[in-house]
Amino acid sequence: MISLAAIRSGPRLQVVLGLATGIVFGFLLQKGGVTEYDVILGQLLLSDFTVVKVMLSAVLVGMIGVFALKAAGAVRLHCRAGTVGATVSGGLVFGAGFALLGYCPGTAAGAVGAGALDALIGMAGMVVGAGIFARLYPRIEKSVLNRGGFPADTLPELLGIRPGIVVALVAFVIIALLYLIAVAGF
Amino acid sequence: MIEWLAMARWSPYLVGACIGILIWTAFLLSDRPLGCSTAYAKTAGMVEAAVSRDSAKTMPYYQKITPTIDWQWTLLVGIVLGALLSAYLAGTFSLLLIPPLFAAQFGMDPFLRAAVALAGGVLLGFGARFAGGCTSGHGISGTLQLSLVSWVAAFCFFAGGILVAGLLFGFGGGGG
Repeated sequence: MISLAAIRSGPRLQVVLGLATGIVFGFLLQKGGVTEYDVILGQLLLSDFTVVKVMLSAVLVGMIGVFALKAAGAVRLHCRAGTVGATVSGGLVFGAGFALLGYCPGTAAGAVGAGALDALIGMAGMVVGAGIFARLYPRIEKSVLNRGGFPADTLPELLGIRPGIVVALVAFVIIALLYLIAVAGF
Repeated sequence: MIEWLAMARWSPYLVGACIGILIWTAFLLSDRPLGCSTAYAKTAGMVEAAVSRDSAKTMPYYQKITPTIDWQWTLLVGIVLGALLSAYLAGTFSLLLIPPLFAAQFGMDPFLRAAVALAGGVLLGFGARFAGGCTSGHGISGTLQLSLVSWVAAFCFFAGGILVAGLLFGFGGGGG
């Protein structure tokens, strides 16, 4: 039996695991229909809720499993750092790009696999966009990216409630939302 | 089994649940969340390094996000292959430049679609680095950890997307 620590620290094994994870992820995204421009634009036009159904189901199952594994001491959380200024402005710019391209960074790669050439152009654009960011990074690191810290890292910290209870509350809200979306006929 | 793998579509709830389980394995075996946008920054770094090795080495962002082939980079390659496999098994693989909904609204000009896709890609790549993640890194992996940054980012992704999609196609029209 190889230890988890050995698996995690093996660079070659991780390269293979990344590829395997990607193959499963891409297969699932394509089967879910979210590698199609029309499905993603349908979500942003609020006429097709496939994207929200996939995302909320993933968050529901992922959240319960990750917090259970964390309680068992098998995994640790990896919350990202960020500021209000960078997250809100970057998020809105990302959203605009999302609507123009009709794919996001992951689904664009899946769409290319399914034959979408516009997604390939979009992927090239994303490399350019990330490259522009890297060029600007030294100039904006201390200013724009540093504006407005969040009051807490996680929802449980913000609310002052134990993580297990927040997980149950969020699970309830997600199930209620998925139910309402289905009842509304989407 | 093969009939099931050859289906064109699976239930979105099943697909989502399977992605959730896939994220357990990423946490367990790789000690990391699942995100896609970092790979684009790594690729940009590889391009910088190919043009001028010294400049890429001294750029602060590529010291943080190293331009190397690792888990995050092969993940993106895997997504292309996995989706190709899925579409091939279902018999739905087809080369396409202009999606039907885009064509119905803006016509069949390939240069227009290419220009819009390129502009969208640049904004996605820039915005994702600014916000520190994308629809999978923040939208799924971050929100499921109950990270506050990720919930705000996911909300902004959709707020910006709904606004711009509405401007392009008309609000409440449902497209077309």
